[in-house]
Amino acid sequence: MAIEKKNFSRRDFIKHTSMFAGGVVFVSLMNPMKVVYATKKPEGKGKWYGIAIDIEKCIGCANCARTCKIENDVHKEPFFFRNWVEQYTITNDDEILVSSPNGGIDGFEQPVPEEDIYKTFFVPKMCNHCAKSPCTQVCPVGASFESPEGVALVDQTYCIGCGYCVQACPYGCRYIDPEKGVVDKCTLCYHRLKDGLDPACMMACPTHARIYGDLNDKESEVSLFIKEHNCAVLKQQLNTVPKLYYNALSQEVH
Amino acid sequence: MPLQVKRLLLAFAVFIGIMLGLKYFLTPDSWREYGPYRGKALIEIADKVPKYVDMETCIMCHDSIGELKIQGLHKSIQCEICHGPGYLHVDEPEINKMKLPAGSEFCIQCHARNAARPDKIIKQVDAAEHSEGENCISCHNPHEPWL
Repeated sequence: MAIEKKNFSRRDFIKHTSMFAGGVVFVSLMNPMKVVYATKKPEGKGKWYGIAIDIEKCIGCANCARTCKIENDVHKEPFFFRNWVEQYTITNDDEILVSSPNGGIDGFEQPVPEEDIYKTFFVPKMCNHCAKSPCTQVCPVGASFESPEGVALVDQTYCIGCGYCVQACPYGCRYIDPEKGVVDKCTLCYHRLKDGLDPACMMACPTHARIYGDLNDKESEVSLFIKEHNCAVLKQQLNTVPKLYYNALSQEVH
Repeated sequence: MPLQVKRLLLAFAVFIGIMLGLKYFLTPDSWREYGPYRGKALIEIADKVPKYVDMETCIMCHDSIGELKIQGLHKSIQCEICHGPGYLHVDEPEINKMKLPAGSEFCIQCHARNAARPDKIIKQVDAAEHSEGENCISCHNPHEPWL
């Protein structure tokens, strides 16, 4: 049986092609691929929480990590942290050594003798509460979300423990609770904020190296700190728009 | 319309109907109150009881120690950093005692010599050399430390 060929005229060809092209343009104007972020900075006077950490003031006592574990009932095993402290040591041979034994809770040891050290400092790490957080965007059940104040939270009754957000967070700030089987993370002590108390880690810092507050209020302590200091964020190239600003951040820190 | 297509459309309609029904009954009330999540979750998270009370709460009863501490070099350190969370102690101070720090190991969490610690911010000692095993508080008063 011979295959039946349809002969299109040039006019038909142009008609069909232009219809298709027009359709594509029309659909793209409707913007179906528009990126939807988990939250948006509130307009007007709504709170928009941000954090600033002054590395020059951090003494690596890890009181922040210790109080966080107590306040939020985080498991005591050395691999569950909502915040932790890392010790960076750069040697004269340009070798970068990073250590965080039990998140700093057990204290730090310098791995190299003092005369071989080019530069050394502590970097406290915690959830960046990103404005465009990848962790909340990947949640398949809507259990991971950002509150209107810009705090990334987990609805543990809805979480199915798939661990997708744990992989999505580029800062390693989430973990699966071994007992509940659901994801847990820093809430910026949301329960304390509502009572007018400072988050546990902010309260615990003896040198006031950690500051938090409303980024929308340009007169707040955190806004003024960011204005007056040369602050940087971690992994800016990932476009997660972190709201955790570090003063005196070395480029070796990731 | 061929029969098989009609049957297929019917199957689709039934399936979509079931999905819409499930969505109606299973979506919680507070869904999309603020965004694509359960609005009540915010209240549930905020409901947790704080364990660390404030230094102001401590000073309500322990005012003499508070006044001493606020003049010293340890003024920026909250009471509960050394003495543990106070939420139980506030309710029943006689039954739930606050803890006392364990001794020199506790002090050197902050004061041990480490090149990464900024000298301007904190005084540091080599514990073994400085006190030779003696407990820090036998010379220093933690509420009113001297150099």
